[in-house]
Amino acid sequence: MTTDSMIPPARHAAQDHFRTLRLASPFQPRLEALGRQEDWYTWAGYKAPQSLWDEELEFFAIRSQAAVFDISPMVKYRIEGPDAEAYLDRLTLRDVTKLGVGRVHYTAWCDDEGHVLDDGTLFRLAADRFRLCCQERHLPWLLDSAIGYDVAIEEETEAVAGLALQGPTSWVVLRDAGFAGSERLKAFDLADFPHEGGSVTVSRTGFTGDLGYELFVPAGAALSLWDRLFAAGRVHGIRAIGYAALNRARIEAGLIVANADFATAEHAVRADRVRQPDEIGLGFMIDAAKAGHYNGRRAIEAARRNKTLRRILVGLEIEGNVPAEHAIVYHRAKKEVGLVSAAIWSPTAKRNIAIASLERPYGDTVVDDLWVEIYAMRELQYQKLMKRAKVVPRPFVKLARRTASPPGIF
Amino acid sequence: MTSSDAIDVVVVGGGHNGLVAAALLAKAGRKVTVLEAADDVGGAARTEAFAPGFRVSALAHVLNRLHPDVVRELDLARHGLTLDAGDTPSVALAEGGDALILHGAYGERLSGASKTEAEAWNGLRAQLFRYAGMLKLFLARRPPDLSGMSMGETASLAKAGLSLRRLGREDMRDFLRMLLMNVTDVLDEHLEDRRLRGLLAFDAVLGCHLGPRSPTSLLGLYNRLTGEIGGRPGAQALPKGGMGAVTAAIARAASAAGVTIRTGATVARIGVDKGRVTGVTLAGGEEIRAATVVSGANPKTTFLDLVGTRAVDTGFVRKLGNIRMKGDAAKLHLALNRLPAFHGVPVETLKGRLVIAPSDEHVERAFNPSKYGAFSPEPVMEITIPSLSDPSLAPAGAHVLSAVVQYAPYELREGWEAGRPKLLAAIMARLEAHAPGIGNSVLASELLTPADIERRYRMPGGHWHHGELQADQMLMSRPVSGWSGYDTPVEGLYLCGGGSHPGGGVSGAPGMNAARTILAMRSK
Repeated sequence: MTTDSMIPPARHAAQDHFRTLRLASPFQPRLEALGRQEDWYTWAGYKAPQSLWDEELEFFAIRSQAAVFDISPMVKYRIEGPDAEAYLDRLTLRDVTKLGVGRVHYTAWCDDEGHVLDDGTLFRLAADRFRLCCQERHLPWLLDSAIGYDVAIEEETEAVAGLALQGPTSWVVLRDAGFAGSERLKAFDLADFPHEGGSVTVSRTGFTGDLGYELFVPAGAALSLWDRLFAAGRVHGIRAIGYAALNRARIEAGLIVANADFATAEHAVRADRVRQPDEIGLGFMIDAAKAGHYNGRRAIEAARRNKTLRRILVGLEIEGNVPAEHAIVYHRAKKEVGLVSAAIWSPTAKRNIAIASLERPYGDTVVDDLWVEIYAMRELQYQKLMKRAKVVPRPFVKLARRTASPPGIF
Repeated sequence: MTSSDAIDVVVVGGGHNGLVAAALLAKAGRKVTVLEAADDVGGAARTEAFAPGFRVSALAHVLNRLHPDVVRELDLARHGLTLDAGDTPSVALAEGGDALILHGAYGERLSGASKTEAEAWNGLRAQLFRYAGMLKLFLARRPPDLSGMSMGETASLAKAGLSLRRLGREDMRDFLRMLLMNVTDVLDEHLEDRRLRGLLAFDAVLGCHLGPRSPTSLLGLYNRLTGEIGGRPGAQALPKGGMGAVTAAIARAASAAGVTIRTGATVARIGVDKGRVTGVTLAGGEEIRAATVVSGANPKTTFLDLVGTRAVDTGFVRKLGNIRMKGDAAKLHLALNRLPAFHGVPVETLKGRLVIAPSDEHVERAFNPSKYGAFSPEPVMEITIPSLSDPSLAPAGAHVLSAVVQYAPYELREGWEAGRPKLLAAIMARLEAHAPGIGNSVLASELLTPADIERRYRMPGGHWHHGELQADQMLMSRPVSGWSGYDTPVEGLYLCGGGSHPGGGVSGAPGMNAARTILAMRSK
């Protein structure tokens, strides 16, 4: 018998997966039609746009109009069963018993040592049904965590298409597209709305710090949803955007990205790269009074008690207007104390902002006399700029329209 | 119903390790209650009736590693334990020929071997004891944990390093060379006698899912040789009254120290609140609160069933799930109407340990089917006739035969309901070949397969070590890496059974080490 004939016929088709180097999103036909730049990158195995037409204008579509960003490549799990709540309460940091039906929260989960495996959003679709969205794939971890629980876990990344609709006019787009009742969605609410004989799940969530929504449909209904939004949004300035624009908005909102601002525990090769929630600004998720056990609790509480946390993630405001991306942070312009993981000149805040990881006590109890060394490339020569940096609270940009209820008409 | 709060320590399981831990903690002033599910303490170290008038050591039937510190600290002699190894020889049977007899403590003297073979054995025996002595240093303490060792622990590890240096350069090199070898390769370097090779190969793999040619199988032999009786390394004894008498002495020591022992008390649940143990709940619903719970139950049982996965972390659950513990040994009890006669065995040596393992190759061939879910068609076994040294175990003139038989895989492909009578027939055929007529003298028989052992003694997989005792599941990897020091991720909950270092066998060492750990933590 040859090796080939030992593969069951049903799996032959699957053997071809390597021929497609990048998967196509359910929205790919629409993205390709709008993609003037051919500027694609790989997001979790999918072909995704870095920029579609003009990075600057795409960013301003988020802040002044309605921007549509394809979030289908985001990893999605469906978690369902009588023990789903208890299971997620043990899996993740935040108290899931306090997450109501029709609500969403931002959370994270850790390994036994309390090192963050990923962060993501948890959607409570029903009392016993959830959707977990995140950056990385975690099925083996999620399944092993399910030992002892009556719960079913299924990856639905390919089956479910997702769109982020973000920006001041995003709600009027929804209204004009016929999503009656969407005005009742407060920040972090979700509800189902009819679409093409099925339904679309709309949550008032996003990654921009702006008024915005995320819409999830079965992959087969993806294109009709897109067309429905764009038809209604034409007069409200609806634009498709790529990741470069979204990344700027998320930095303004002070939000972190796994494997950009911190290394996830299963990806980190070097022993000192892993991070506890308190080291990446997620300490707010930890509730000492949470009744149930959660993974990593022993290690997280021990690190707090024994004061063994070594790092801290902070927002920085830097003098001048040259973005400090990946600049080294110094104390007294001499001692190396950390690294900037993301930085931009913020068009909205009109400030030079950055997200940085520092070695405690710098950034924690010692916050003065911090500097960043920016290497600015000027016609094939680095110009080294030593600039003063100030620890400032995140978000860098806080927009009242993000949470205003009912949502504003712009 | 809630019992009084006055209990400091609840010990789950009244096996010998649970009793040792309980007794030592009580001697240090703790108020201790032992909860045993069965009607009697002892766990797998019990003497049980299996036919009217016939009693036998239920699972463990040869005493060869009860730790001297346990004997001394619990003053077991005062509590009725008589430890007289006397001359309990090991006898390597040969079909149709003379047996080879190892006299004294693991073959101080051989009879039946050629002069050259006896000399070669003397050299190898001395070497094996020297090297086993290195491992012996680790028995009575927590496995080394380089990240969090106390001064005392570091000092004792340094002492082990020093002992290694004292071996001398050549010996040290050979110790390191041989550490992970298989026993057959070592035998090839030293011995020729098939009977002797068969017995050593059998002893190396006894209780493990390994053949003599499996890598690291020599460790099993070292492990056996780390045991001692009455200060004689390698010695063995058939305790008067069976293994139950040993447990009874430990139980008396525990009671004398103030331990409350409750039998028929099945722990259904170990309570945990915010990472801290709160006590236990019995099957009947009774709650017993205690700040310290010490579990002699299997590590998997303790966490997956009694604590529940919800109170511990996923990585820990994963590690527990990966502990290999599928037993590969069966236990046979025969009630005989007369003393059997074995070929080439002088009648006075019948009170020793008889081994049917004609050669190391035979042991290896016996192992092969077990890899694929079948039992050995020609199994190997160790036999004792305890009624010779303790006539009270059988009616006058009658005798009891007890045998540990390999290989009998836990997951028998055809299932043990169908397989049990076939394995019994295969065993009886081997016995008949060595002791003709024995079949006609059988009044009653009992064959415990790993499935029976699992059920009767609450040992998952029917594994009498509570987890394979192989290199990857020893020392700092036992029961799981990161938690090998008897403490657990649940504060106040400790493990004290054979699933922890240094493993199974009637040694009391895990129980003793657990108690010492708890006392050291409390005094910090």
